[in-house]
Amino acid sequence: METIWFCLVAVMIAVYVVLDGFDLGAGIIHLFVARTDSERRAVLGSIGPVWDGNEVWLLAGGGTLYFAFPALYASSFSGFYLPLMIVLWLLILRGISIEFRNHIQSPVWQPLWDVVFAGASALLAIFFGAALGNVVRGVPLDASGEFFLPLWTDFTVGMDTGILDWYTILIAVAALLTLTLHGSLWVALKTEGAVEVRARRFARGVWWGLLAWVVAITLASFRIQPHLKASFEAHPWGYVFPLSAILGLIGIRVLDSRRAGLAAFLCSCLFILGMLTSAAFGIYPYVLPSNTDPALSLTVLNAAAPRYGLEIGLTWFIPGMLLTAGYFVYTYRNFSGKVREQERAD
Amino acid sequence: MRRQMSQDRSWYFPFMDALTVHRLHFAFTATFHYIFPQLTMGLALLILILKTLALRTGGEHYNRAARFWARIFAVNFAMGVVTGIPMEFQFGTNWARFSKAAGGVIGQTLAMEGVFSFFLESSFLGVFLFGEKRLGPKAHWFAAFLVFAGSWLSGFFIIATDAWMQHPTGYELGKNGEILLTSLSGLLLNPWLFWQYLHNMIGSVVTASFVMASVGAFYLLGRRSEEYGRTFVRLGVIAGMISTFLMAFPTGDGQGKNVAWHQPATLAAMEGLFETTHGAPLVLIGQPDPEKRRLDNPLAIPRALSFLTYQRWGAEVKGLNEFPPDHWPDNIALLYYSYHIMVGLGTVLIGVMALASLSLWRGRLYGARSLLWLLMLMLPFPYIATTAGWITAEVGRQPWLIYGIMRTPEGVSPHISAGNALFTLIGFMGIYTVLAILFLFLVGREIDEGPEHPVEAHAVTL
Repeated sequence: METIWFCLVAVMIAVYVVLDGFDLGAGIIHLFVARTDSERRAVLGSIGPVWDGNEVWLLAGGGTLYFAFPALYASSFSGFYLPLMIVLWLLILRGISIEFRNHIQSPVWQPLWDVVFAGASALLAIFFGAALGNVVRGVPLDASGEFFLPLWTDFTVGMDTGILDWYTILIAVAALLTLTLHGSLWVALKTEGAVEVRARRFARGVWWGLLAWVVAITLASFRIQPHLKASFEAHPWGYVFPLSAILGLIGIRVLDSRRAGLAAFLCSCLFILGMLTSAAFGIYPYVLPSNTDPALSLTVLNAAAPRYGLEIGLTWFIPGMLLTAGYFVYTYRNFSGKVREQERAD
Repeated sequence: MRRQMSQDRSWYFPFMDALTVHRLHFAFTATFHYIFPQLTMGLALLILILKTLALRTGGEHYNRAARFWARIFAVNFAMGVVTGIPMEFQFGTNWARFSKAAGGVIGQTLAMEGVFSFFLESSFLGVFLFGEKRLGPKAHWFAAFLVFAGSWLSGFFIIATDAWMQHPTGYELGKNGEILLTSLSGLLLNPWLFWQYLHNMIGSVVTASFVMASVGAFYLLGRRSEEYGRTFVRLGVIAGMISTFLMAFPTGDGQGKNVAWHQPATLAAMEGLFETTHGAPLVLIGQPDPEKRRLDNPLAIPRALSFLTYQRWGAEVKGLNEFPPDHWPDNIALLYYSYHIMVGLGTVLIGVMALASLSLWRGRLYGARSLLWLLMLMLPFPYIATTAGWITAEVGRQPWLIYGIMRTPEGVSPHISAGNALFTLIGFMGIYTVLAILFLFLVGREIDEGPEHPVEAHAVTL
């Protein structure tokens, strides 16, 4: 039962990254690929009707984490206190920059929000990457399963490391590159003309950088967290996760050069899912490893809520998520195809 | 002498310890957040009424009125969303021990809110705001209904969470004192929840009614958009009359009885009743002095408190003296004042709406300028009354975080220093100040542009 919920929470977080990932990525690149106001409106129009729904996956994922693994929720949210608060501020700034941008037509109003939107999107990608890096590396949990990390200390991966050290920064940059590529593919898929061409060019450039980075983080992760190697050796079927990531990464390149925009974007989704599931598989049964004493780690068992709650939770969670899937199919159907001039006008 | 002082730390009394900062942190962000949902939940109902009138009459007038309020709604909703995300996160960041102990219970309702109402709202608000042409009148009405249902469902799960903290049900304590959920229906059908939910939701209708009437009065007084001004005043006053009355009876009365049965020490502190009294008076004005255990300068209605609580003029009401001081709410003065502000303003709101309804019924309201001025200037007061009501509920629960189970200091995150918490509190204050300025500016512009303005909605999405 605990493992079912581990998978469900992991899936919710992965869906969040795939969905909000492309609108974060669109935010990161829009200053570069869209120059005029009408081009920027096209980029915003490509995420407009869906970004808020995408972000809800973070809230729903957080809520699900809260009730299924309260000890993990409490420990990680309080331990990562400062970066989480900064993430909240960035989410606030990003949300209002999208919503309030088009209220006023003025040469000082829109460019201001465009920069806020881009900056907040890029920093969010970096912070989410650093968070993932911290979970893989482990944190200094004490006997009551709590910890507190400063933002940084001396950037080495040692006993008194901070949230940011060279390893987590490496992962943070990987996340930034991944979401930039993901967003570029989305924007290329949803726009036309000059914006589409620039977004494609952007995606090709980022792809090479990402390839190099994926090799680096793979080597670094196996060095930093020995449990990863043990997991894959104990259950070789788990290699299906990293393999699908590699397949996705190659697929992006092949399909994009053949102008198959949708397929390339789906390969990017596969790549992200493959990377995240590889990390989840690699650290299981840990949910938050301790970097000081493995015995103090939080696991799916010692962090989970009692049985009754988990069992009764399934009875409403499954119908609820089926309803949600229905809403999303409806929304994305209504919103298929390219964003065109007249639709942007209102 | 100086050296002695620096060695002896006992002279050092921190003005703000970590617990105080964490409490202020939650109080500030929650109070600011609830400015927005209290309007959107009530306004969703009023917009649905406008859309229903539009379907019935078939004219463009009510559709335009609904579109105008949808624009105000969109700005408020965006503010509610961005200030709401920090609320869910703060349980974990600032109240980790509480979350670890209670997450298995209240995590259920918080996750249900995400799964059942946030997805619904976020999917259909965009459809409602931008899909009018594509959908046709009936489907658009239905989109308005789904937005209303999503927001009221969201309110239900949040109140269910708070109700459990006020009056825990459906749980048992394990061997090591851990809190185990034993019945989901016990959690969702908490007897405390019924009155608190209705009282809160009707409060949001009160706020929305006053805002609508106030904007309508503004148009009538300014002799512009008068056709819409009359519609807004009429709908605002009728909805306001019904909702302010329901606010007092039966929902306010029911919520008061909740407190009387389940939190008697809180009731005594709210009323400033230090000694148990037969035929207790209802205090209108007075200043409680918790040290001397008395109420200064009281102005009271004799025996009324006994009657309101137990329907008998001579009934005994327990005073604070019945309870050990470590079970007293830890800020009696604030609790007493917020409760009296809520009840006092609530009474004023009923009075204003009664006057306005009378004038409307006689067909004089649209020309009664002094009454229109009064309606326009009432705008802030339902917000203040609602906020005071929530302060009453939350300060009244003290010294408990979960009533009878966990005290507030036991729930805080132990490793986050006052300095770190103050850093983020100041950060939130700065960002929320910017948000407040933007909000007032944008809503002011919408009201200034008026209902005749052709733009459907400015927001890209939501």
